[in-house]
Order: sequence, then C-alpha cells, then structure tokens
Amino acid sequence: MNLRRLALILVPYLWLMGFFLVPFLIVVKIALSDTAIAIPPYWPVLDLSAGWTGIKEFFSELDLENFIFLTEDSLYWKSYLSSLQIATISTFLTLLVGYPIAYAMAQAPDEWRPTLMMLVILPFWTSFLIRVYSWVGIIANEGLLNQFLLWTGLISEPLQIMNTPTAVYIGIVYTYLPFMILPIYATLEKMDGSLIEAAVDLGCSRGKAFWLVTLPLSRPGMIAGCFLVFIPALGEFVIPSLLGGSQTLMIGKVLWEEFFSNRDWPVAAAVAVVLLLLLVIPIVLFQRNQQKQEEAGR
Amino acid sequence: MAEANPQKVFAPWEDPNQAPLIRFEGVTKKFGTFTAVDDLNLDIYRGEFFALLGPSGCGKTTLMRMLAGFEDPTMGKIWLDDVDVAPIPPNRRPVNMMFQSYALFPHLTVWDNIAFGLKRSDMPKDKIGDRVQEMLRLTRLEQFAKRKPHQISGGQRQRVALARSLAKAPKLLLLDEPLGALDKKLRQETQFELMDIQEKTGTTFVIVTHDQEEAMTVATRVAVMDHGKLVQVATPAGIYETPNSVYVADFIGEVNIIEGAAAPTGDGKVDIAFAEGAEPIHATIGEPVTAGQKVFFAIRPEKIHVGREPDPTRANRIRGKVHDIAYLGNISTYRVELETGQMISAQMTNARRLSRRDFTWEDEVWLSWTDTAGVVLTR
Amino acid sequence: MNRSMSWFNVTSLTLGFAFLYLPMMILIFYSFNASKLVTVWAGFSTKWYGELLHNKQFLDAAWVTLRVGVMSSTAATILGTMAAYVMVRGGRFFGRTLFSGMIYAPLVMPEVITGLSLLLLFIAIGLDRGIFTIVLAHTTFSMCYVSVVVSSRLMTFDRSLEEAALDLGCSPFDAFKSVTLPIITPAVISGWLLAFTLSLDDLVIASFASGPSSTTLPIKIFSAVRLGVSPEINALSTIMIGIVATGVITTSLISKNAIRRQRQEELEGTKL
Repeated sequence: MNLRRLALILVPYLWLMGFFLVPFLIVVKIALSDTAIAIPPYWPVLDLSAGWTGIKEFFSELDLENFIFLTEDSLYWKSYLSSLQIATISTFLTLLVGYPIAYAMAQAPDEWRPTLMMLVILPFWTSFLIRVYSWVGIIANEGLLNQFLLWTGLISEPLQIMNTPTAVYIGIVYTYLPFMILPIYATLEKMDGSLIEAAVDLGCSRGKAFWLVTLPLSRPGMIAGCFLVFIPALGEFVIPSLLGGSQTLMIGKVLWEEFFSNRDWPVAAAVAVVLLLLLVIPIVLFQRNQQKQEEAGR
Repeated sequence: MAEANPQKVFAPWEDPNQAPLIRFEGVTKKFGTFTAVDDLNLDIYRGEFFALLGPSGCGKTTLMRMLAGFEDPTMGKIWLDDVDVAPIPPNRRPVNMMFQSYALFPHLTVWDNIAFGLKRSDMPKDKIGDRVQEMLRLTRLEQFAKRKPHQISGGQRQRVALARSLAKAPKLLLLDEPLGALDKKLRQETQFELMDIQEKTGTTFVIVTHDQEEAMTVATRVAVMDHGKLVQVATPAGIYETPNSVYVADFIGEVNIIEGAAAPTGDGKVDIAFAEGAEPIHATIGEPVTAGQKVFFAIRPEKIHVGREPDPTRANRIRGKVHDIAYLGNISTYRVELETGQMISAQMTNARRLSRRDFTWEDEVWLSWTDTAGVVLTR
Repeated sequence: MNRSMSWFNVTSLTLGFAFLYLPMMILIFYSFNASKLVTVWAGFSTKWYGELLHNKQFLDAAWVTLRVGVMSSTAATILGTMAAYVMVRGGRFFGRTLFSGMIYAPLVMPEVITGLSLLLLFIAIGLDRGIFTIVLAHTTFSMCYVSVVVSSRLMTFDRSLEEAALDLGCSPFDAFKSVTLPIITPAVISGWLLAFTLSLDDLVIASFASGPSSTTLPIKIFSAVRLGVSPEINALSTIMIGIVATGVITTSLISKNAIRRQRQEELEGTKL
C-alpha cells in the first residue's frame, strides 16, 4: 500500500520537477552565462565528465553580466516600464468595463443568470488568437470602424488605432474581460439584497447606498479580478505583436524577439528572470487576497 | 434473589466468567499536543447495545474510530475477541460502521449500496442477492431497492446506511450519531426500530451520541465521557439514579445540587448542613464520608413532593415560596425559593385539570422528600 | 429577487455583450464575403471555405493540433488527477510545499517563460523538437489546470464515503476505483475538456516547443494573420468558433437537463 502511495506521489512530482523546475533552473543558469557564437549559443557549458573541478570551473564562470546589460540598454528597462504601464492602464479599463456588466448580471432575474453566465464564459473557450485577430479587421486604418466614422463625417481622415498602445488596451480589455466579470459577479451575487434595502431604509439614496454598501462589499471580487487581468497582461505576447506594432514595447515580445530573431539566449533568459521577479509581488498579493477571502467565507 | 427471578436478566458485565468482546487496555490517543482519549480501560460484552455519551470533543468519536481502524492508538491495546486489532487495517476488521453523514455512495442504487460490502467478501454471487433481500426486508426498504440515495427521504437513507453496515454480519456494529440528522418524532420511532433490529440480529452495537435521552432509551449500558476519560459506566437506571459525580448527575436529566458539610450519623445515614440556621438534609450515603467533609447532595426534581403542608412521612421538609411554574402538559416544574435563598426545582404530575391546580406564583409551599430520594456525592 | 431591471442595467448588459460578441460576429459575417478584400462586401460566397479545404498546410496543421490535443490532454488528465489526489488526500510528505508550488506556479507563469524554459530543457537533454515535445510541454502546463479543477471537487467530497468503502472491505486502491473515481468523474471530464481547449489554443508554448516539421494550427494562423486580415483565416475562425459554441451550448443544455431531472427525482423521493 505504501509503495502505491509513493508511486502516486512520485509520478506527478517527478514530472513537475523534470518539466517545470529543472527547465526553470536552466533558464537561471543560462541567464548567468555569457553569449557565445556556438551551438548552444552560450558559455560555459556544464561538463560533467570533468568531475568536480569541471563543476567548480563552471560555477566560477557564471556572472551577472547579462543583468548589468539589461540595465545599460534602455530598450529593456523601457519595455519593462511600458509593460507595467500598459498592464496597469488596461486592468483599470477592464474594471471600468467589467463592473457594470457584472453588476447588471447580479441584478438580472434568476432565470436569466445561467444564460448570462454562459455568454460570459463562452468566449473563454474560443481561441484567444482568433479573438485578438477579430479586432484587426475593425481597427485597421481601412477597417470597419474607420469606414464607419468617415461615413458619418465625424472624422475626415482615418484614425490611427492599429499599431498603437490603444490597440493593445482594446485587445487586453476584450480578451480578459471574463476574468474581471466572473469574480465581481460572484461577490455581488452572494450579497444579501436586504443590505441595500436597509441602507435605503436608514436614509441613503440608491446611489449613495451603492457607494457606501455595494461597492465596498464587492472589493474582494474587484481585487481578484484586477490581479487575474494584470498578471497575465504583464507577460502578454500575442496582443502586442498582433495589434501593437513595432513601436509598442512589451517585455513578452522583447523576450520572443531576443530569442528567435537575435538568438541571444543568455539575454533572453535574463529578461525572463527579471520578468518573473516583477511578477512575484502581484502574485503574492493575489495569494494573500484569496486566503483572506477564504477565511472570511468560513 | 437472582435465582428466584425466572426471567434471566441480560447483564454479562456482572458475570466474572464472561469474556468481553472488546477490551480497551490503557488506550491513549493524542493528536499533536491534544489528548483525545486518556489512558482508558473498558470492556464491552457480546450482545450489548453500548452507548458512548458525552459532549462534543470528549473523545467518544475518536474511541469509535479506533475500533473501526481509522485511527491508531498512541498507547495501549484494543482487543477484539482476544485478538489485538492494531495491525489489522479497517477493510479487514470484522467491524462495520454506520457513518454520521450515512456516507451512502451517491452513484449506486440502494441495492448496490447494501451489496457493496458483500461483493468484497468471499460470499458466492448467488448468495449476495438473498442477503441483500433479507437486509431490505429487515429495514423495510424492499420497494426502494432500485432508487439512488438522492431519490429517497432522510429516514430511508438512515435505514439504507444501517442495512449496508449490517449486511456483512459484523461482530460489532459502530453507529456514529445515527439519528442526528432526523427530526425529533422520526428519531424516537427509529430508536425503537434500532433496538428491535439489534435484538433480532444479536449483533453487538456501540453507539456514539451526545443526546442523553437517546443513550438512555437504546442502551444496555451507558459510558459517560469527559475530556477523554470515562466518568461512569453503568446501566441507564444506574446512571440516572446513582450518578457517581456531579458531572454525570448534571449531564443526565435535570437535577438539584446542594453543597454542604457532612455529619455522619451512623447506620449509613448522613446529615448535610447546607445553610446557616436551616435544618440539615437527611440522606443516605453510598460511599464513606468523614465529618465536616464537603459533599454535594443531588436530587431529581420528580423526587420532591410539593404540598401546602409538610409531609410527615418524609424525612426532609423545607418551606419555600413558588418563584416560577413551567407548565409542560403532563407535568409541571416548580421553581421554589427556600428561605435560605436556594432555588430548588420540583416536579409534580398534573393529575388534575389546570383550573383546579393547587399552587400559583408567590404561594408558600412545603417541599418534602425521603432520606433515600437523593444521592450524596463527593466530587 | 425578481425585480424589473433599470435602464442602466439593461444598457450595460447590451453594450457589454455587444462588445464581447460583435467582433466575432463581424468575423463570421465577412468569412462569407466573396471579395478578397476583407473590408469590402462583394456578395455572399462560401469559396473561402472551399479553398481552406484544399489548403494542405492548414489541414496538416489541424491534424497535428488535434493529435497533440488528444494526447496531451489525456496525459494531463491522468497526471493532474493524481496530483489533485495527492494534494487533497496525500497527507503530509517530504516536499509538499514545493509540490503545491509547482502545481500553482505554471498557472501564473507567463507563457513566454514556460515556453523558453522548456525549449532550453529539450536542447540541454538533446531531444529533437516535434510533436512529442509539444505534447510534453502541453501536458505539463495543462495538468496543473486539471489538478485545480479536480482538487476543488475532491475538497467538497465527503471523506466518510471513502472511509465507508474501506470499512466495507475495500482496499485503498479499490476504494478509489469504485467510489472516489465515479464521483469525481464529471470534474475529471471537465478537466480533460479544459486541457484539450488549452492545447488547441496555445500559440506561444507550442512555438517554442515545436520543430520545423510540426506546425500546429495556432502557429499557422499566427504567421498568416501577422501579414493582415485574410478571408481564409476568417473562414477557419468561423469553423473553430462554431465547433466550440456547439460544444459549450450542448454540454450546458445536457447538464441543465440532468440537474432538472435530479431535482425532480429528489422531489419525488421526499414525497414518499
């Protein structure tokens, strides 16, 4: 029986070690190596056949050179900053768009709710790539939106939306909207409707009751939704590369190009390590928020 | 005496030649620093309906889970039929359990739930059907055999759980709060049904409950537990009439506890001085007490007579004033304030109609009881 | 709460769902456009679907994607269910914190990092990139999603059901097979579907893990749409959206019916 238990634990454990932890350690190792024109394109290479002295030599060759390089070249810190800025702004926009939808869903008649829920979840099951792509035909210079605006006469020449940060905002808000709606809807739906009635009974106007009761009570859902949008948006690659054009800097795209176009693996690995360090803070905060909510729910 | 009684009383615990079915020997169970069961010794005999009674957290469920094999004792031994059960895993023990939540498998029908254990024994396939049928008959569930657990009522689910745990004819059946999920009326009916089934099958039952009424109704013997220890093990009547401590007296039913100083008067009697200037209580002692020792006099409300005049045939007569009356239909409970300030509850059956009731609030009354009506406790 | 909705709520629902669905509607609409120019309507036509069916590259990529999806989601379901069981029922063991960390970390890890690290591993151990490496990569990240889905079901699962099975004579393995597994099956199935969708959808990790001979559909689509809108991709997208929508709507109808039937049975049960 204990052998079975051991096997049960070991199989997924070793799998995750081998295909998650070890690869990540390799990234860290390569980030500390030097670029070389060779195959593989970095140096030193761990040579186990040389024994202990080989390992010692290997470690003595590792350094932080690539990380220093990241701070020297303005491209990198500019793209980190721009990623943070884009992720923050688009998270805020998603909240603005998602909250009224979640609120209206929670107010909807009971028999509508499962259908509304399904309508929110359905896009999540359809291809992310296709959803991003569907905007290309709309916001391009000769796209439908510009055609429409030109036809109405509101503008005289096409708006440049495609290949700007605005396009990236639209893409992020559009693709991550369900992640914002669902947690907010969950907190609003659980809320006791008589709380609002009590607030009104005690002299609040409807608007004031929303501001003083509903909004504070839905805060955990808002926080959860914001993290669920912010964390993946920070490392986003598909949206900036399809909608953002060459002038929108986002770190996921820089990493991709560093790796595939420049074949500079050590720098790409260093970019990845820094991006992960950047993500640790929101992830830890998110974890705390979830734990607090779970405890409060008990 | 016993020989004169033609009907043999079931009391194996009084027979020194009887070997117990279960023996706990210095059993201790610790969870980290918390001691759930503390150096406990207990014998349970074949054919008993044994109740473990206590508040939640007293260790009764842990004791039962150790019998089933879901917990191992930290120290001590458990013997089942003279076999040390420690190395036997739960699936090999001749013990079955009825779970508090019933734990009916939601994906299986009633029939398959009952057959579940049989299919895992060495019983031949054709016999299984007969045995399941027998169990369905015993628990009056024949017409529900093809239903799933969510398609039957709570009382029926309870009976399926019972049938399932009895199907393998275990040496010992453990019941964890078996009636806890039922409403009061159904619970009372089911108690008698349980006793009936226990008698028919002859299986030894151990029941865990926090409901003292339930324990008193069904059990041959009751063990009262507190903080992982057995406080008293006795028949329901023994527990009720001669509790060995204030804890037991207070836990089972209603009781008046009066604290005082003992003054033995010889021939097994004692006077208890409980208040300045009041006549001491005359009582009979169970265990020896010394002069001046602090004792507790415990008396049940129904043992106290309430009257306009003192009852000369009873040894104790005290005057008081009616403070409160709780009318319960068949009986009334009077809360009487003594002149010394104590509050005593007394119960009288309502033989007469309400309109002709004798006493009302603020009436002066006499409380009387015999010198054997209460018990003298030292702890 | 069956109050009538305010105009504000109706407006935000209408605008919200229009925002969510209009772009996809437009995409579907223009996939039936006869013109090569996507933004100019030139009459109804299904010719792009016809061309798609004759585009061997797309068909090959679709076949690769499907195979990868089935293999990786099956492996991920097995591994993820094991992991969930270990997390919820495994008790304490050495390195438990690391284990749960490794389950949750891939959920928040940017895809570019997961992809990069796996590629570096495959190179380090000298594994040729192809369908096999994509399956390995997809299994690894989707098993974590499966384990989250399955463990949330296991957590609400009444533990005494397993104890009852042991009590009635099952070995621990037998108890898992005949009691635990049948009850968690719906969660395992939705875990598989989730893993399958994630695999079909993935562009970034597949790009890192694939070799020249193993192009998946998302990779193909990505390289096509980088050059701008194409009516063929519109047709392909329409097909994919159609499949997903049918699947999701059917399953939700089935589960709705199942719930209704169960409620009815419960009602009948309590009457007797």
